[in-house]
Amino acid sequence: MNKRKIKTIITVIGLSLFALVQLFPLYWLFMFSLKSNTDILLSDNVLGWPTVFQWENYATVFSRSTIPMYFLNSIIYSGATVLLAGLLTAMTAYAIARMKWKLSGAVFMLFVVGLMIPVHAALLPLYQVLYSTGLRSVPYLGLILVYVAFAIPMSVMILTSFFKVLPRELEEAAVIDGCSIFGAFWKIMLPLIMPGFATASIFTVMGTWNDLLLVQTYVDVNSLKTITVGVLDFVGVHSRKLGLIGAGLVAATVPVIIIYILFSERIQKSLLQGAIKG
Amino acid sequence: MNKLLSNKWVITAFVLPTLLFFLGIVIVPLFITGYYSLFNYNGLINIADAEFVGAGNYIKLFTGDSVFLVSLKNTAILIIGSVFVQIPLAFLLANRLAKGIPGEKAFRTIFFIPVVIAATIIGKLFYYIFSADIGMVNAIVRALGVPDFYFNWLTNPATAFLCVAFAAIWQYIGYHMIILYAGIKSISADYFEAAVIDGATGAKATRHITIPLLAPVVKTCVVLATVGSVKTYDIVVSMVGSGSHSGTQVPAILLWRNLFKGRLVGYGSAQAFFLVVVCLLLSYLIARLFKKSEENASQY
Repeated sequence: MNKRKIKTIITVIGLSLFALVQLFPLYWLFMFSLKSNTDILLSDNVLGWPTVFQWENYATVFSRSTIPMYFLNSIIYSGATVLLAGLLTAMTAYAIARMKWKLSGAVFMLFVVGLMIPVHAALLPLYQVLYSTGLRSVPYLGLILVYVAFAIPMSVMILTSFFKVLPRELEEAAVIDGCSIFGAFWKIMLPLIMPGFATASIFTVMGTWNDLLLVQTYVDVNSLKTITVGVLDFVGVHSRKLGLIGAGLVAATVPVIIIYILFSERIQKSLLQGAIKG
Repeated sequence: MNKLLSNKWVITAFVLPTLLFFLGIVIVPLFITGYYSLFNYNGLINIADAEFVGAGNYIKLFTGDSVFLVSLKNTAILIIGSVFVQIPLAFLLANRLAKGIPGEKAFRTIFFIPVVIAATIIGKLFYYIFSADIGMVNAIVRALGVPDFYFNWLTNPATAFLCVAFAAIWQYIGYHMIILYAGIKSISADYFEAAVIDGATGAKATRHITIPLLAPVVKTCVVLATVGSVKTYDIVVSMVGSGSHSGTQVPAILLWRNLFKGRLVGYGSAQAFFLVVVCLLLSYLIARLFKKSEENASQY
């Protein structure tokens, strides 16, 4: 074996050790979720396999817990936010990238600065508005509007960079053929920036899906809360059934990891575009 | 076509909805918060009847509130940890992967997995990992040869917040790695080939080519990590709770409690507005700090 090969092997071992650091806690949680209380509390089996695999922990999570309901709510919030924020920001990004108006640069800067503004600064006034307009008691809507507003800056920045590189001839041809500017935008431009839309959506979903602060602040009704609150709630309710808690945490995580692995190339590429172009 | 693209009505139709949305939900409330912060206001009465205290709430932040100062110290721990531990570690990984290695794609995917999990769940996971009785950390120490090892990581004030910071840093290493990886990949191979001719390979090439050219990307990472640290909320709430002992507090939790539980709306608003100023100021300072190295990078 030559020197280079040995070096490569050592590097792969080093990287594998680091991969272990990233994966072992998740593996440990999975084992935790399959154990009984005695197994977990028996201190010499903390790292080991379950003595008896308690698959019924998962059956309980899916059939007799609120985790699936919270999960569904998260899908509703994220889906609605993606659609609404996507449509709004696509139009604005198009205007910034393509149209000629004086304030174009200023509006873009507003969104760039907006990206740095922590959501905490708007918490209370928004609460007052949602309360006094009655939007707070409309299921889903109030919180969706807030999610959309905070998704806007990143989405505008990403979509603007995508619109800028599209050739101008396309919509010109469409307009010459008798399309209105709205028609050209809807039929020609929107389909072309679908990759940008995917990129922006990944950011929107990560912001919405992972949010805890806003849902805790604006939603009182349990049946309208999301998976992040759901997990905390689940842990509180079942504080004495440790394995079940583990199963709840795993159940809330696995769908996300599966989606990530299916789309990992796309997601990684999107994060890059967001970070570099943004 | 140009006429169509400068038609005022068309532009208004495309821009106004988003702009109103953003101004109404983010910017206007931001200024209302700034306005509230000047009053001794409990949120129940009309703001017009509240006592005007001017900068009083801001002075109290630094002179009359030791818990807030602790929360700022914790924020500083998060920023220092991410800038000096997380990002350098991410760079080492990214640099090694970008040079090409068997299993490159698998490593990238694995390192990134914790990033896609909600911080709330990561927080709960690490709560159990650091648990004294049933936790993984104590068990590993015992397995490594200290049979009676028992340490209460999360209730000991000396270690509690460091554990939270560890979890937060652990979770987002992959995020910075991916960004830096792309930055390194986008550096033209010509530079490295030229360097080889000049006799610079390995660590030398990294020091003289990769690092200088990567300055703008590193800046992005530093800004993201800093703003993220200032905003930290979820992982602390889920790992050690929002009402727990003061050693683990972060500003976001304190201001939330003041705004929604403590009826200290004026004071909580001052804390919130202060965070906004900190985020904007730090982003600006980081940009200034990197300005020179970015100019150098663009000269290539």
